[in-house]
Amino acid sequence: MSARLRGMAWKFGDDVNTDLIMPGKYLELVDPREIARHAMEGADPTFVKRVRVGDIVVGGRNFGCGSSREQAPIGLKQVGVATVVAESFARIFYRNAINIGLPAIECPGISGAVEDGDTLEIDMAGGIVTNVGTKKNLKLVPMPRFMIEILEAGGLVAYLREHMDEWMR
Amino acid sequence: MGKTVSEKILARASGSAEVRAGEIVKANVDLAMMPDLTTILAYNAMREMGRDRVWDNERVIVFLDHVAPATSLNAATVHRDVRRMAREQGLKHFYDVDAGVCHQVLAEKGHVRPGMLVVGADSHTCTHGALGAFATGVGSTDMGAVLATGRLWFRVPETIRVVADGALPEFVAPKDVILRVIGRIGADGATYNAVEFAGEAVRSMEVSGRMTLCNMAIEMGAKTGIVEPDEKTFSYLGERKTGSLEAVSSDADARCKEVLRLDVGDLEPQVACPDKVDNVKPIGRVEGTHIDQVFIGSCTNGRFEDLAAAATFLKGRRVHQGVRLLVVPASRDVYTNALNSGLIKVFVDAGALVCSPSCGACFGGHLGILAGGEVGLSTSNRNFRGRQGSPEAKVYLASPYTAAASAVTGVITDPRGEV
Repeated sequence: MSARLRGMAWKFGDDVNTDLIMPGKYLELVDPREIARHAMEGADPTFVKRVRVGDIVVGGRNFGCGSSREQAPIGLKQVGVATVVAESFARIFYRNAINIGLPAIECPGISGAVEDGDTLEIDMAGGIVTNVGTKKNLKLVPMPRFMIEILEAGGLVAYLREHMDEWMR
Repeated sequence: MGKTVSEKILARASGSAEVRAGEIVKANVDLAMMPDLTTILAYNAMREMGRDRVWDNERVIVFLDHVAPATSLNAATVHRDVRRMAREQGLKHFYDVDAGVCHQVLAEKGHVRPGMLVVGADSHTCTHGALGAFATGVGSTDMGAVLATGRLWFRVPETIRVVADGALPEFVAPKDVILRVIGRIGADGATYNAVEFAGEAVRSMEVSGRMTLCNMAIEMGAKTGIVEPDEKTFSYLGERKTGSLEAVSSDADARCKEVLRLDVGDLEPQVACPDKVDNVKPIGRVEGTHIDQVFIGSCTNGRFEDLAAAATFLKGRRVHQGVRLLVVPASRDVYTNALNSGLIKVFVDAGALVCSPSCGACFGGHLGILAGGEVGLSTSNRNFRGRQGSPEAKVYLASPYTAAASAVTGVITDPRGEV
């Protein structure tokens, strides 16, 4: 996880559920590259063609509500989305994103401060997101230390490979 | 200060004398459940974590239920690989495509007991709170960690207590209670919380109805739904030859973040309207809405009691011309009971399609996919845009009574005036 991110915002609304992020008919897929072809298909079928590596998904309240399907954050990560910033997240999506090394960042007020296509800069260490065009700064909700460690390791798989003894204590 | 049932179960599972809401704990899982479409990712994660064997081949239970029987070459390949995994790992409990929907089978085969910490790689794992377990859905990498180590981290949840007083009127069901609650709390109103269901109406519900309540806790963001075990719980479990029962419940002075009271004595049938589960309206506001398809089934409402409720409206009648009615018993046992008691004949005679147990119709995997412009009425748990087929289709959620009455009339119909 890099400490500073800069990317273009893709803005979505409240309650973006996992069926919109990854429709159920694609859950038979296990290859991340195949899964990625359908990222955000339910919300915006053109997303996959237009998204670029380093872009940032901006959500409203309750981003990722619904199913436990990890294919949802996997698709976003695989197409190159650097992070998802939202007013709030649904619990399982949040854990899944962190577990695969995709930062999910809570940021109250983000919906009102960002338009589709704006460029955002995120200072993870400083806990600030900046809308480069409007110069508006917003504070990120700090993440528990434990989750930062998982992200820094690159996800739960890598974290556990390094910290198995501690995990079992 | 007393403790909530969640605090007690997570304290026991994490080997702590006491844990409190807000703390993060690492706990030993008592039971881990996976359905077909999330198993391979979890198994791969386990191996990438450096383990070749699951931590306990009696506590890991796998189901082939979401695309059962396989509906495509991809699904068949997943099933082949899951069967191979179950065999290689020597899983003591593996349920192939003939068994039914994971949550129904897990409960009815007696795997879940009060006080257990249960995780499932399916968001509706919260269903098992109906038996007094702390049960929650997780993703595949979390499940991989559980397969590898038997452990997982949990944030001890705050508790919202829903107290349902009064007696349900005729043709008003547990589904109407939970839809009303979700309408009031909202799709994210219980995020990261446990929701305890209590009160006279819950006490008088059978385990089947309590499963409907707890099943939909996730639809308001909750980590779990849970009901205090009582004689109805023990009677349900007793028939299922379970081991020792360690009932755990909240202390009277346990801290609740919020208490929501409702009197169900005057509750009307409720309908969740497109395309959010918390867009709930009393039936009078949507009566007369045209429907193309009705689905009765799922881990929410595919139990024997649900099918019996539906049959009340279908016996000796015909499904309305132009409406497709799908009835999907949630498990082989439910199917067998429905067959032996004559319900299946009622459905077939009425013109329904009775399908073999699976999750397909609920999550848009297969069975009764809706086309653009079509309207479905479903007893399942989600009406998200595109959930059951085209993003241009609409889905309403209701009880088995409302679904069956509407199948007969061809429009959304108040069951109370229809027998």
